[in-house]
Amino acid sequence: MTRTLKFFEALREAQDLCMAKDRSVYVAGLGVPDPKGIFGTTLGLKEKYGSQRVLDMPLSENAMTGVATGSALVGMRPIITHQRLDFAILAMEQIVNQAAKWHYMFGGKGRVPLVIRMIIGRGWGQGPQHSQSLQSWFAHVPGLRVVMPTTAHDAKGLLISSIEDDNPVVFLEHRWLYGIADEVPEGLYRVPLGKARVVRPGTDVTLVATSYMMLEALRAAEVLRDSGINAEVIDLRSLRPLDEDTILTSVRKTGRLVVADTGWKLFGASGEIVALVAEKAFRDLKSTPARVALPDLPTPTSPALSDHFYPRSGEIAAAALAMFGRECPRSLFDAPKGRRLDQPDSSFTGPF
Amino acid sequence: MTTGPALARTPSAAGDVALRLYRDMLRIRMVEERIAALYPEQEMRCPVHLCIGQEAVATGVCATLEPRDYAFSGHRSHGHYLAKGGDLKAMMAEIYCKATGCAGGKGGSMHLIDLDAGFLGSTPIVGSTIPIGVGTAFASAMRGEDRVSVVFFGDGAAEAGVFYESLNFAALKKLPVIFVCENNLYSVYSPLAVRQPEGRSIAGIARAVGIDGAEGDGNDAEFVHRASVEAVRKARAGGGPSFLEFSTYRWREHCGPEFDNHIGYRTEQEYLEWKNQCPLERLRQKLLDGGKASRGSLDSMAQQLDVEIEAAVRFAKESPFPEPSDIGMHITAEARR
Repeated sequence: MTRTLKFFEALREAQDLCMAKDRSVYVAGLGVPDPKGIFGTTLGLKEKYGSQRVLDMPLSENAMTGVATGSALVGMRPIITHQRLDFAILAMEQIVNQAAKWHYMFGGKGRVPLVIRMIIGRGWGQGPQHSQSLQSWFAHVPGLRVVMPTTAHDAKGLLISSIEDDNPVVFLEHRWLYGIADEVPEGLYRVPLGKARVVRPGTDVTLVATSYMMLEALRAAEVLRDSGINAEVIDLRSLRPLDEDTILTSVRKTGRLVVADTGWKLFGASGEIVALVAEKAFRDLKSTPARVALPDLPTPTSPALSDHFYPRSGEIAAAALAMFGRECPRSLFDAPKGRRLDQPDSSFTGPF
Repeated sequence: MTTGPALARTPSAAGDVALRLYRDMLRIRMVEERIAALYPEQEMRCPVHLCIGQEAVATGVCATLEPRDYAFSGHRSHGHYLAKGGDLKAMMAEIYCKATGCAGGKGGSMHLIDLDAGFLGSTPIVGSTIPIGVGTAFASAMRGEDRVSVVFFGDGAAEAGVFYESLNFAALKKLPVIFVCENNLYSVYSPLAVRQPEGRSIAGIARAVGIDGAEGDGNDAEFVHRASVEAVRKARAGGGPSFLEFSTYRWREHCGPEFDNHIGYRTEQEYLEWKNQCPLERLRQKLLDGGKASRGSLDSMAQQLDVEIEAAVRFAKESPFPEPSDIGMHITAEARR
């Protein structure tokens, strides 16, 4: 008996099941118990588990990350939620200097089972300070895990794995995925951290994508199919640990690589994956790898500008077509029918 | 048994408190003097921040705690670690960066830990263990455990944003945490006067946030002890956090074994005035005057400590360094289940 849940419902169910199973799990974050419940992901949890375990917090991101870390050191399993990744920047000291390093710098004494949920997104005027995809910052730091689910199924399984993991996990949720439904099994199940997923098998070019960009990569694969190119699409799911095997196995087969990331191109996750392939599978490459990621500028607010900021399936398909010396039809970059570019689908209305 | 807690960790009989405080302070003083003497050998390959002159705060506070209580500190943490019952050999070995060190050589002097003693860690980003200590108190409160968390930090921490954030949350949730501020007037070479407005006490900031406590002479171990007894009592009774600010003075340089009064950031005169208020000498005189100890008994106490310290130094020096293969261990915690 299959059942579908939306991405946000899957996240809520993961937390619900973990809280029911383990009394040491608690959820804290600005707005967690409020009527909107972090876009629905924490709705009902306070009623079920009480305000001691499902709590709002002061606007003290850095200290609250330390509080969560301290409680984790003595056996609690906190989940901290930031409604925008940009707010978590205030907690970088505690995340990078303390939580990430605690286990190592004390020679294995002390563990920090901590999940830090951060919401990323695009469009609808999110602008310079409400939209940043800084996964490469976190992925740069030894001791952290960095997880980016794309499907509702993976969102639930990865969040359960993250809560049960004994390390600090940065869990990045893309706002444009929240309303997308998927088959989601009931009960506890785990999607392992550090395992990418081949979403669409193919033979001619490997499209490695993170988070929402995986959906754009799937659309690009459809375009490429129409041009006789069979693309393999990989949903990275975790940046750290990085599933090198799945990426290298695919590129060794296809000989071509396009990486699509929600973050900036310069010094970003996409460059890391290209470097991995260059170092370990260079001789298998048939053409120069390509990155499809954000241009080197802050996020503009106006849709008239942001329409030219966020890459889409067209850029991914164009990068792959170029590897085959194919023409790139202008129609690749047409706006999708029935929606503006600053919304995930026509049903979406602001505010975020 | 030459290592282990300074004295029994059970509350001392009333008459023993002063003697215990003196012994704990003397132990810290002698350990650090030994570190200062050995440091020029260049075998301790990490920075050391000595607390000589400030021993009364660590001992006065920790003498009121149980092993089940938690303590955290910052870069100048030898005294807090030892007073809380941290293993001396493991600390010495850590300062010598050896595999037998309390952090396996991964931390050094600024990263001390002894879980059995309830010393949960010291880290050298000023102010950063304050929220972590609030976090252990939060866990204790959620679980209804009878534990007190103590965080030691200096005057500079009060300038960090996380200080306010942490106090606010502790006050909000009435957590069993004691904030212990050792105000030694300097952050490295920067005097308080260039960092905080004149006439405002750090304890005053805490009161404004909603946390009462005490402030006063941090070189009077018995005063520190009395203030801490009250704070611990309040925390255990569910009365919430306390803030203790103690005035004291670091005798030696900010980092390293030398004296640095000649380099121009403070005066020899100021140093001598504080040295004249030595916490050990003051209590020693009191013990002798009150007939609680004799010169002979205190000499013999020092001799015993010397034996313990020499054994710890020997242990540290003779211990092996970590294996090169240890470099990749403990980056992330492996699953236990």
